[in-house]
Amino acid sequence: MIYLLTLLLTIVLFIRDREKTIAGVKLGIKKLIKNLPVFLNMIILVSISLYFVSDELIVRFLGESSGIIGLLLAILLGSISLMPGFIAFPLAGILLDKGVSYMVIGGFTTTLMMVGVLTYPIEKEFFGVRVTIIRNLISLLIALLVSVLVGIFYGEIII
Amino acid sequence: MNLNNLRKYGLFLFFVGFVLLSFIFDYNVGEGIYDNFLQFTLTMIKFLPAVFVLIGLFDTWVDREVIERHLGNDSNYLSFIWAILLSGTTVGGLYVAFPVAHSLLKKGASLRIIFTYIGAAAICRIPMTLFEASYVGIKFTLIRLFTSIPLIIISSILLEKYLKSRGYQISDDLAS
Repeated sequence: MIYLLTLLLTIVLFIRDREKTIAGVKLGIKKLIKNLPVFLNMIILVSISLYFVSDELIVRFLGESSGIIGLLLAILLGSISLMPGFIAFPLAGILLDKGVSYMVIGGFTTTLMMVGVLTYPIEKEFFGVRVTIIRNLISLLIALLVSVLVGIFYGEIII
Repeated sequence: MNLNNLRKYGLFLFFVGFVLLSFIFDYNVGEGIYDNFLQFTLTMIKFLPAVFVLIGLFDTWVDREVIERHLGNDSNYLSFIWAILLSGTTVGGLYVAFPVAHSLLKKGASLRIIFTYIGAAAICRIPMTLFEASYVGIKFTLIRLFTSIPLIIISSILLEKYLKSRGYQISDDLAS
């Protein structure tokens, strides 16, 4: 899909300006090759973490916990793992069926998406160590706030 | 291949050795990790090269002036909407948003827009949001989006203020 789109765009742009388009494609390939080791490192880290922090483990850890402890556990697990949406959300559905609170699920999915311990090598390459650490800490805080708000909206937290 | 290159691929070479040994000695953990590695690599090949070609085309085709006007330091609140709409189209995950954000920044987008884009790319990608709504419920998705987007925008503005006061400069060498 995205290759087809890229190909069509490249052809259209090529007709309009040959040199600019060739330069663009060359630049893209150059960047890809330059960034290859960083992406490879991330893939390796993710494959290791997916093996040890498996679906079953997450269900076992989060399946029986709720409240503050459950939320903290969810945020920890979400931060250190990285999984594609088509794995993460069915998993969230399973947790929901097991009676896990929306607050805990919110904490898990939000940190999963926003906080990236495993994407640290890539992020630091582009934005530097300091910004990477600050952004991840802010994201952690946002995830915490969002999950508490989710809890309030669902009446799981009474204020 | 010089020493620096070798260092960059160090983890990968170590990993290859580990996987080979795992297969020789029939070590289950290593084989399992290798399966994950293969699957994730295939997923990445499905879009990553195309994304980088698009970034390259963006670099040569889009005028700096356009980005500065719509997403730069003097742009108005609409720039946040552009950033969030753009983030909706992001494929893959955060790891794709970083090189895109880096290109935008070098073209003159402001830091607050960059961080809004990265944050929104994490939580508002359209395919992912649809997945979430169908498995966890549309109510959950809406609550999550409407609580996190304002927080992302506010924190991006604060982060920009902080970084500007510290004279933050983006690194150029690796991703150029």
